[in-house]
Amino acid sequence: MTAPSQMDEDADTMWTAVCRYDELLPERGVAALVGEIQVALFRAHDGALFAIGNQDPFTGAWVLSRGIVGTRAERPTVASPLHKQVFDLRTGECLDNQDVAVPVYEVRARAGMVEVRVA
Amino acid sequence: MRTDAGRRLVVVGNGMVGQRFVEALRERDVDRGWQVTVLGEESRRCYDRVALSSYFDGVDPDALDLVPDGCYDGRDYVLHLDEAVTAIDRAGRTVTTSNGRAFGYDGLVLATGSYPFVPPVPGADLPGCFVYRTLDDLDAIRAAALHATGRVAVGETDTTGSKATGGGAAPVGLVVGGGLLGLEAARALRLLGLSVHVVEMAPRLMPLQVDGGGGALLRRLVEELGVTVHLGTFAASVAGAAAAREPMSVTLGDGTLLSVDLVVFAAGVRPRDQLARAAGLAVGERGGVLVDAACRTSDPAVFAIGECACVDGRVYGLVAPGYTMATVLADRLVGRAAEFGAADTATKLKLLGVDVASFGDALATADGALEVIVSDPVGGAYAKLVVSDDATTLLGGVLVGDTSKYAALRPLVGRPLPGDPLAILAPSGDGVAVTGSLPADAMVCSCHAVTRDAIDTAIVESDLTTVADIKARTKAGTGCGSCVPMLKTLLAESGVAVSPALCEHFDYSRAQLFDIVRVNQIRTFSELVGEYGRGRGCDICKPVVASVLASLGNGHVLDGEQAALQDTNDAFLANIQRNGTYSVVPRVPGGEITPAKLIAIGEVARDFRLYTKITGGQRIDLLGARVEQLPAIWRRLVDAGFESGHAYGKALRTVKSCVGSTWCRYGVGDSVALAIELELRYRGIRSPHKIKAGVSGCARECSEARGKDIGVIATENGWNLYVGGNGGFRPRHADLLLTDVDTETLVRTIDRFIVFYIRTADRLQRTSSWVESLSAGNGGDHVDGLAYLRSVLVDDTLGIAAELDAAIRRHVASYEDEWAAVLDDPERLRRFTSFVNAPDTPDPSITFITERDQPRPVPLPAPSRGVPGAGPTVLAVPAVPAARGADDLTGTAGGADGDEPARAAVAVGDAPAPDAFR
Ligand SMILES: Cc1cc2nc3c(=O)[nH]c(=O)nc-3n(C[C@H](O)[C@H](O)[C@H](O)COP(=O)(O)OP(=O)(O)OC[C@H]3O[C@@H](n4cnc5c(N)ncnc54)[C@H](O)[C@@H]3O)c2cc1C
Ligand code: SF4
Ligand code: FES
Repeated sequence: MTAPSQMDEDADTMWTAVCRYDELLPERGVAALVGEIQVALFRAHDGALFAIGNQDPFTGAWVLSRGIVGTRAERPTVASPLHKQVFDLRTGECLDNQDVAVPVYEVRARAGMVEVRVA
Repeated sequence: MRTDAGRRLVVVGNGMVGQRFVEALRERDVDRGWQVTVLGEESRRCYDRVALSSYFDGVDPDALDLVPDGCYDGRDYVLHLDEAVTAIDRAGRTVTTSNGRAFGYDGLVLATGSYPFVPPVPGADLPGCFVYRTLDDLDAIRAAALHATGRVAVGETDTTGSKATGGGAAPVGLVVGGGLLGLEAARALRLLGLSVHVVEMAPRLMPLQVDGGGGALLRRLVEELGVTVHLGTFAASVAGAAAAREPMSVTLGDGTLLSVDLVVFAAGVRPRDQLARAAGLAVGERGGVLVDAACRTSDPAVFAIGECACVDGRVYGLVAPGYTMATVLADRLVGRAAEFGAADTATKLKLLGVDVASFGDALATADGALEVIVSDPVGGAYAKLVVSDDATTLLGGVLVGDTSKYAALRPLVGRPLPGDPLAILAPSGDGVAVTGSLPADAMVCSCHAVTRDAIDTAIVESDLTTVADIKARTKAGTGCGSCVPMLKTLLAESGVAVSPALCEHFDYSRAQLFDIVRVNQIRTFSELVGEYGRGRGCDICKPVVASVLASLGNGHVLDGEQAALQDTNDAFLANIQRNGTYSVVPRVPGGEITPAKLIAIGEVARDFRLYTKITGGQRIDLLGARVEQLPAIWRRLVDAGFESGHAYGKALRTVKSCVGSTWCRYGVGDSVALAIELELRYRGIRSPHKIKAGVSGCARECSEARGKDIGVIATENGWNLYVGGNGGFRPRHADLLLTDVDTETLVRTIDRFIVFYIRTADRLQRTSSWVESLSAGNGGDHVDGLAYLRSVLVDDTLGIAAELDAAIRRHVASYEDEWAAVLDDPERLRRFTSFVNAPDTPDPSITFITERDQPRPVPLPAPSRGVPGAGPTVLAVPAVPAARGADDLTGTAGGADGDEPARAAVAVGDAPAPDAFR
């Protein structure tokens, strides 16, 4: 069920290819399942990729991939679709409550595929 | 779902303080450590007693209701009305009630308030004698007054106070007591058309609040309004009427004999401590249940708050100190430290059209206190500031006739004077200058204990732009209302507030953006933000632009770049629910549905195991659909002849109707046919906020059309059109815009109303506040907003009618069902998937149990959210097994197998308010 994985040259943790890069719409997210972890993947307006945890820490629902992507000051952000708290896509910090953050994961584009590393 | 029942808390009294306490506890006790039962003696749930007299201004009693929706859930928070506690058994920790029931408690809160003090005057118990405390009291007074004026009760609306009596002299009312309450009662009797006498024992009116000078002016102003004032004397006896319809006679202490039709005793209140006394709890010397600064009585399991409590030897007769006690006790009950300190007893009133305010040490009782008085008997104004002996600190004051400086002065009590006291009191004294010097911790709203700092912070952090926003966000201004002028000043001073800017990306309001997009024919967000904004947008401006583009007819909402602008609801054409599933609401125009379609909905719900509920808008809500199920569900619905109901959009929702003249024996118009016509005409139109409409077949109004944005009521001669109604958070009856018009005129006017609203309203502004905003004094430019609206929509004074009509024609011509269009397009369908790399695996966190024969979501375990104060913490994501099947309806919790993440104590209070409040 899970997509193929491959070893990275310089580390022993695995990158998982989750979808084609062009399947991602600019400024919208998708959810991906990496092992047992739900990752929210985003492609920004300029093409940059971000991956954060899909769980909204305020409600417990796994929905961050469905939020609105944008910016606050210079930072790329996503807003929770439930109660609109905004998270920094690069660091996972919640910009509306400094005590809260979501996990961030490594993500890259390789040969037209989007790959995520969760360890 | 809960296994450990909370401890039992019984609250006696559902008055203002008892209710506030329950709300404060609800906010704090997120783990539901307490199970709360409230017992209220009155037949109504808590209402705004402070605003009681507005009942005589024609305010609907329901508008005084203070209980927020959902406050009592029947599980953890239960309210029993019409049930008084009659005894407390402290040893057995049980209370018994007037209904003969018994309730055990672990904690008991007394919030029984006060009862009106009736002096022991012979005859005070006669049928023509009343008190002034509850809505029932007011009803009784009104009935007696109507009886006395010989008027027939012609219905709820006739409280305008027109002094209509059939010839002879007006009937007479006597108010015993010339304090705050007495003067309010006097005003009420005036409004009811009575000629009024007030008798007060002290040598001046409002002896507790104003000094001799203020009292003298007050007396003059009150007498000018036709009230006869008797000072320094008292009601000695009341003698009953000799015959029915004859007046009673009252003898005053000075020998005056008055012939009166009714007497209202407003001579003060006494704490209701009888229950506590009978149970052997300690009481204060002059009454009141004795409590410490933590609101605890002599029994550690029993607490008392509000007017029935005696704290530090003092009983408070104002709501603000009671609210403070409510908060203190709620804090205590969840284990937080809090104490009741000094209380603010400032008052401001509009009495009989005379403004009176007093605050702080109004009577200059402090050692060496100095008084600075400005008296203007001709202009009818008296002002006094009480200052410390070195004239540097403000101690208190009295304002009569002109209280415009009250809001700014009151928070400065105990603080350095902002300038020369005489200059401050001068009629032209600058209120704004006073505000500027207000310290951050000064209490601006004493009813809700909100400081200047809290308001300033809320304004900046939440981008508040109106006083209504501040009220919603901080509660400031929602009590007595006297601090509202101050809120306006703070808003004006904050600078950010008056800016129309939507958000950091656009300096324009929604209406301005609408014009920019329309005039420049902009078709994409990138174009707009590139030329007229900055950054890449956010959850505020993107949906606004999406709505504007949709209103101007730019194709399917999920096409091209528009897809990225949509809120999740619009993006998935369904409403997101708390567990991440969606609800599905097919359109049922006018609420009319065939048996075959009902069956089809039932079959879909059954096959996809959806929870079904009838909505308030006469359609059927199917809940619990996972994102990847939406297309299959809609395939079935579209095949059965349904289309999107736009329940997810800021768009026309429903046009509700009654059965009307086709079936109903009272009906005078075909409400169903009109409702269907309207719903089909406007379906899918995108607007600043949702639009609801209703059509009733006659004035009985069974479809509650006047609670809608657009309401139509059939008349003998056609239709009446109402606009700007609202239910929900801020209920408002719609205003009558047109009377007795034919269907063509009606529809044309509604067309124009909708488009005019779409083009000019603010983001998330309902038609109710939009209509209000058109009036002067409300930020609008027009003396009468409705007349203005009529002139634009009917007489076309702006010359835009043709354009508005064309917009609706375009809308009607280009309408397509959004869901049918999605189903036809594989590219759009692709987005309805759980995981991009595992489309067959549903989100494993979503599980259901069965309740009342229907599925119900298993509550999600609250995630850990980091350690407050320790900076952002990235926590390990709890592992969720992916293996659970799609049809799993098991009873296990939605977390991991035996690996549920720790439940962190999360204060509900720190989550931002829902979208609509921002
Ligand atoms: C006309 C009027 C105008 C006012 N104006 C102002 C103002 O401008 N500013 C201000 O600060 N204050 C004002 N007040 C005072 C304010 O209303 C009170 O301070 C406030 O209501 C006190 O709240 P409470 O909960 O302690 O008492 P209440 O609101 O009186 O509530 C007590 C409730 O407990 C119920 N109860 C009593 N005994 C029992 C029992 N044994 N079992 C069950 N239920 C019981 C009562 O029926 C009542 O509903 C005004 C009051 C009136 C009447
Ligand atoms: S509003 Fe009038 S016509 Fe409609 S159901 Fe009620 S009584 Fe009948
Ligand atoms: S002071 Fe009463 S509402 Fe603010």
